[in-house]
Amino acid sequence: MPAEAKVMTRNSEIWRFILRRLLGTIPLLIGVGVFTFVLVRVLPGDPAAYYATGPSVTNEDMAQVRTALGLDRPVIEQLVRYFRDIASGDLGRSLVTGQLVSRDLVERFPASFELTLVAMILALLIAIPLGIVAAIRAGSWIDHIVRLIGTLGVSMPAFVAGILLIFIFYFKLGIAPEPIDRIDPFMLKPPSVTGLMLFDSLIAGNLAAFSSAVGRLLLPALTMAIIVIAPLMRMTRASMIAVLGSDFIRTARAAGMNWWTVYVRYGLRNALLPVLTTIGLVISYQLGANVVVEKVFAWPGVGSYALNSLLATDYAPVQGYVLLMACVYVVINTSIDILYALVDPRIRVQ
Amino acid sequence: MAAGIVSLSFADRAGHAAHVLARNPVSAAAFLFIPALVLLAALAPWIVPYDPNATDLDHVLQGPAAPHWFGTDQVGRDVLSRVLIAARLDLAIAFSAVILSFLAGTFVGGAAAFFGGVTDRVVGRATDVLMTFPLFVVAMAMVAALGNSIQSIVVASAVVNLPFFVRLARSEVSVLRSQQFVEAARAGGNSNLQILFGFMIPNALPTLTVQVSTGLGWAVLNAASLSFIGLGIRPPTAEWGIMVAEGAANILSGFWWLAIFPGAALTLTVLCFNLLGDGLRDVIDVRTRR
Repeated sequence: MPAEAKVMTRNSEIWRFILRRLLGTIPLLIGVGVFTFVLVRVLPGDPAAYYATGPSVTNEDMAQVRTALGLDRPVIEQLVRYFRDIASGDLGRSLVTGQLVSRDLVERFPASFELTLVAMILALLIAIPLGIVAAIRAGSWIDHIVRLIGTLGVSMPAFVAGILLIFIFYFKLGIAPEPIDRIDPFMLKPPSVTGLMLFDSLIAGNLAAFSSAVGRLLLPALTMAIIVIAPLMRMTRASMIAVLGSDFIRTARAAGMNWWTVYVRYGLRNALLPVLTTIGLVISYQLGANVVVEKVFAWPGVGSYALNSLLATDYAPVQGYVLLMACVYVVINTSIDILYALVDPRIRVQ
Repeated sequence: MAAGIVSLSFADRAGHAAHVLARNPVSAAAFLFIPALVLLAALAPWIVPYDPNATDLDHVLQGPAAPHWFGTDQVGRDVLSRVLIAARLDLAIAFSAVILSFLAGTFVGGAAAFFGGVTDRVVGRATDVLMTFPLFVVAMAMVAALGNSIQSIVVASAVVNLPFFVRLARSEVSVLRSQQFVEAARAGGNSNLQILFGFMIPNALPTLTVQVSTGLGWAVLNAASLSFIGLGIRPPTAEWGIMVAEGAANILSGFWWLAIFPGAALTLTVLCFNLLGDGLRDVIDVRTRR
C-alpha cells in the first residue's frame, strides 16, 4: 500500500529527528557538567575546610579529608568522579540546611516550576493579543504604544517591578496578600501530591487553600511575566505581519471571511510557530530572574535556596542549582524543537 | 576603501537617520536622552545639591519636597544626590563591561567565522554551553568566585553580554566571507588579519552597534540586579540596585520614595538604551524599512 508506506516513512523520519536531537544534547550536557565542575574549583575556599572544621584541626586532618574527598587526585580523575556522582544523583550536602542537595532541590523545585509556568502562561495571554493588535495596525499609534509598553516591561528590572506591584496592590490598595510564601501560614497546607500548590489544593478539595495560593502566586507570577512580554509580543507581531501579507490571507479576506477566521484561525495559527521558539529562548531569562523574584516575594523555590546558599558561601547547593537550571533549559528547548518538528514537516528534512 | 559595500556621504546617512527617526518619535526621544544622561552622570559630583553620603539625623525619611526633591532616606541622606551619583557608577560599569565584551566577542566570533573549521566549532559549542545557563545565574556565580568588588561586577556583566557579541560577529563575518570585496581584498595581497580587521569587522560594525546599545541596557540591569541581591557592590556606596534594596525595607512603612526614585532612574536608563537599540536597528537595517 503506497499510502501506508508513506505514513511509515514519515513516522521513521520523525523518530530519526527526535533521536538526532536527543543525541545532540549529549555534548551540551557534558559541557554543562564541565562548567559546573570548574565553577566550584574557582569559587573561593577550600572544600576540605568545610568538612574539617573546629579549633583542633591540624594540617594532617586536612590532608586526610582531602584524600577522602579525592581532592589530591588528578583533575581529570576528579572530573570523572564528579560525573559519576551526578549520574547517581549525588550532588553533595548543603551546610545550611544539613540535608542532601538533591533532596532540597526536589523539595523546592515545584514552587519555582509553578511560579515560572503560571508566569509564562500569563505572559502569553498578554503578549499574543497585543502582538496581534500591533500587527493588524502596524505603523499606527496603537502599534507604537504597544511596543513602548512592551519595551518598558523588558527594561524594568524584575525587582523594581515586584516592589512596585507589592507597593500598589498590597500596601496602597490592600487587595493582595502579604508577599511572603506560597500560602497563608495559618492555613492547613494541602497534602503534597504534585508539589504544585494550585493542583494539590484542588486535589484535596480545599478551595480556601486554593484561593489563598492563587492570591499569593499572582503578584510574583505577574512580575516574571512582565519581563518577557516584550520579546514574545515582538515575535508575535513580526510573524503575524509576515503571515498577514501572504496570499492565503488575501484570498480569505477576498472571500469575505470574518475577522476571526482571517486573523485567528488562519493568521494566528500560522504565526505561532516562531513564538514557540521564542518561548524556549525567554525561558532562560525567566529562570535567571527567578532568583531575584523569589527573593522579593520570599518564595520558597530553588532560586532563593541557591541565593541564600551563595551568600552563606555554601557552594554545593549553588552547583546543584546551576546544574538543574541548565538541564531544565536543555529539556525545554529539546521538547520545543521536537514539538516544532511534529507540527512543521520542513524542519525534519534539514 | 574598507567600507566598500555602501558608499554614502555623511549627509546622506544623517538625512536617512533623521527620516527614520522622524517616523518614530519614541526612538528619537531616546537618542536625545542618552547623551543628556551621560552628561548628567559625568557632571554629577559638581551639580548634586548635597553630599550623597552625608547623613543628617535631623531630617530623616522626609518626603519629596523642597529642598530635598526626592526626599531623604533613613539616615537623612539626600535621595536625589544619591540617584545622580549612582548614575555615574552604574553607567561606568555598563560601559566598561560592554567595551570588554564587544572587543572580546567581536574578536572571538569574527575569528571563528573567518577561519572556520575546528576553531569555529569550538567557539560555537562553548557559546551554546554558556547560553544553556540562565545568564544571570552565571553572573551571580562569577561575582561569588571573583569576590565582592566593582571589577567582578564589570567582568560578570561582560561575560553575560559576551555570547551575544560572539554570535553576532560570527554570523556577520560568515555572511561577509562570500562577498566579492573580500575576494578583491585577498587578490590585492592583504593578509588574513588585514582582511578580518580592515574589511570585515568595519562592515559588521553597524549591526554590532545595535547590540552595543542593547548590551548597555542589559549590563546596567545585570549590575543593579547583582547588587540588589547583595553581591558585588556594598552599601553605603550609592548604586541604584542597592538603593532599591534598602528602600524596599521601608516601602511597607509608606516611605515609597527611597525605592521608587532609584528604581525609576534604573528603568528609564535601560529603557532608553533599548529604544536607542531599536532606533539604530531601524536606521541601519534595510529590511525593516517599510
